[in-house]
Amino acid sequence: MNRFTARHILGISTLSPDEITFILDTAESLKDILERPIKKVPPLRGKTVVHLFFEPSTRTRLSFELAAKRLSADTVSISAKASSVVKGETLIDTARNIEAMKPDVIVIRHPYSGTPHLLTKYVNSSVINAGDGTNEHPSQALLDVFTVREHLGHIENLKVVILGDIFHSRVAHSDIQAFTKMGAEVVVSGPATMLPSRQSEVLGAKVVLKMEEALEDADVIIVLRIQKERQGQSLIPSVREYATFFGLSPDKVKLAKSGALIMHPGPINRGVEMAPEVADGPYSVILDQVTNGVAIRMALLSLLLTKAES
Amino acid sequence: MNAYLFTNARIIDPSQNRDFTGDLLVRDGIISAVGESLDVPQDAKVLDLKGKWLVPGLLDMHVHLREPGEEYKETIESGTAAAIAGGFTAVACMPNTQPANDSAGITRFILEKAQSSARARVYPIAAITLGQKGKQLTEFGDLLNAGAIAFSDDGLPVRNAAVMRKALEYAQNFDALIISHSEELDLSKGGVMNEGLVSIILGLKGIPAAAEEIAVFRDIALAELTAGRLHIAHVSTKGSVEIIRQAKIRGVRVTAETAPHYFSLTEEAVFGYNTFAKMYPPLRTEEDRLAVIEGLKDGTIDAIATDHAPHSVLEKECEFQMAANGIIGLETAIPLSLNLVRDSFISASQMIRCMSISPSKILGVLGGSLKDGNSADICIIDPEAIFTLTRESLHSLSYNSPFLGKDLQGKAILTLVDGRPVFDPMGLLP
Ligand SMILES: [Zn+2]
Repeated sequence: MNRFTARHILGISTLSPDEITFILDTAESLKDILERPIKKVPPLRGKTVVHLFFEPSTRTRLSFELAAKRLSADTVSISAKASSVVKGETLIDTARNIEAMKPDVIVIRHPYSGTPHLLTKYVNSSVINAGDGTNEHPSQALLDVFTVREHLGHIENLKVVILGDIFHSRVAHSDIQAFTKMGAEVVVSGPATMLPSRQSEVLGAKVVLKMEEALEDADVIIVLRIQKERQGQSLIPSVREYATFFGLSPDKVKLAKSGALIMHPGPINRGVEMAPEVADGPYSVILDQVTNGVAIRMALLSLLLTKAES
Repeated sequence: MNAYLFTNARIIDPSQNRDFTGDLLVRDGIISAVGESLDVPQDAKVLDLKGKWLVPGLLDMHVHLREPGEEYKETIESGTAAAIAGGFTAVACMPNTQPANDSAGITRFILEKAQSSARARVYPIAAITLGQKGKQLTEFGDLLNAGAIAFSDDGLPVRNAAVMRKALEYAQNFDALIISHSEELDLSKGGVMNEGLVSIILGLKGIPAAAEEIAVFRDIALAELTAGRLHIAHVSTKGSVEIIRQAKIRGVRVTAETAPHYFSLTEEAVFGYNTFAKMYPPLRTEEDRLAVIEGLKDGTIDAIATDHAPHSVLEKECEFQMAANGIIGLETAIPLSLNLVRDSFISASQMIRCMSISPSKILGVLGGSLKDGNSADICIIDPEAIFTLTRESLHSLSYNSPFLGKDLQGKAILTLVDGRPVFDPMGLLP
């Protein structure tokens, strides 16, 4: 029996712990395929997946495309610019046009929060949110939880620390919700300009300004990428200052539990948010995250599409 | 000409501190008698209003009629049709049209258009600065002579404090009112909803309450400095209410308004990325909502104005980030304000005061009173009537309301301007 009933994957916020576990289990069984010499199976033959990316993203897009191809789906990629105030083709027009071509799944990335939700109102296909504004990036969070479960065997009662620009990171928003839903304790830390400074808690995560305190007894450290594009907004005085005071150095790693997993959604700014020795160290699982990303996305596609058949 | 005798109505006239059950006679467009039991003149058409409220025609001191320039959203004709359907006999329209109402020519255009097409009285508010650019003051004297009744750059704040100071000073030569759209633009920049828990959950950039409060405080400080007369538009936060309360205690010449959505909804209305819940100032928290109600209750907030801001699907059926700010309000003001009366936050008299005599006095225009001899601008309200707000039921050209599809209680059933039944959907006065 397929216990998965969701029609879209818009965010972790709309997934239950059971659904998350089901996705992880499905990904686990699909991951084998990635290790085979012939890495392709037929379940999604005849299905069409449209990748609609309004933001440049090599990694996420490649990962989604590979996932679809491994399952024998046809894929189409569309890169578009989020129309500004220009009264040109609106997102809704684009959506209707794509819908007219009868795709089965639309994977969308968009710079504005809530756009995948808007899309669902205009299309019949399933929608997967591949990152919307500063809202959510659910497949990233699922692959993060998957990676931790794979290495540590469970999620419950782990201490997961997320470092960096929590406020503007959709990865953080999804990670916090995913790990707390699965029973972990989540602590976030970073410059106060990058945290919801008034709250002591955000989406169920504890806000701890002192990085040393945040890292104490951590089982998992997730380091976020510093968005250099955001420098114009002057959230930090300089990249150099960030590296010194907020970057994850080998010394700081020692404050966590020994063997704590080091994670990063990529691409890494080496020497800024993370020292090279840490990124390449023995407990870094950053490349596993990339591999697992394909498995998770395969799971999402197959769950959404095989559900449609029953 | 003609005479109407309204009998057995609950007559609420805060201008005379009256709230009683009785009769009111309109003759030749003038209120000619009010009393507990009037004799029936032979020539009068009698209308029994048992269970209904008879109140002064309401005045909305903050609407956007969109004409000239954006007639696809609203016109002077459609906007005033919405007004009378909502019980308003007069509206004051903000100058952020295209072009902005920053010269006597535009003011005259609006008034001429109103003369030929408006269903209610129209009072133009002129811009404080040319093109609402915040630099050069408009010709206050000329604009007032043309018929403008106050000044505001609404839609935008006057960013430069020195310019705002000059406006508050120069306005005093003409006893004119300056209306502040209070917003600290550097703080609100990029924000699309209230900054708080909901903005975090939705991943939307927030606008902190401080962006409004700093501006409210600044303009009050300038009013205090200059002794100018200031009105704060659309108060939405607890902090703003308190700043205004303290200023009034100090004797600053400041008045304030809020809009029904700020005492009816909170930031939670944005869930689902509902663009009909996007406006400036944004919907705030429950704490703010209650503080706004408290402000109405103790008189810190003088008026209820709708900030009626029509937008078409082009501006609202899109990504939340790109959606325009604003909701329509003329046709929902009565039921939403009545909710406060039903919940015993304010009295019926307080509600009507905030929507009639109080804004009339602030703007210095006639109306808002049922005194003998006044023009018969009257609104009859059925406080119990329940209706569903639908696109079809609206008279505005736009339907951007978060209350669309909702059941609301209380509505205008008859509106008279100069004694003429301009809104009479049930045919009460043939
Ligand atoms: Zn305004």
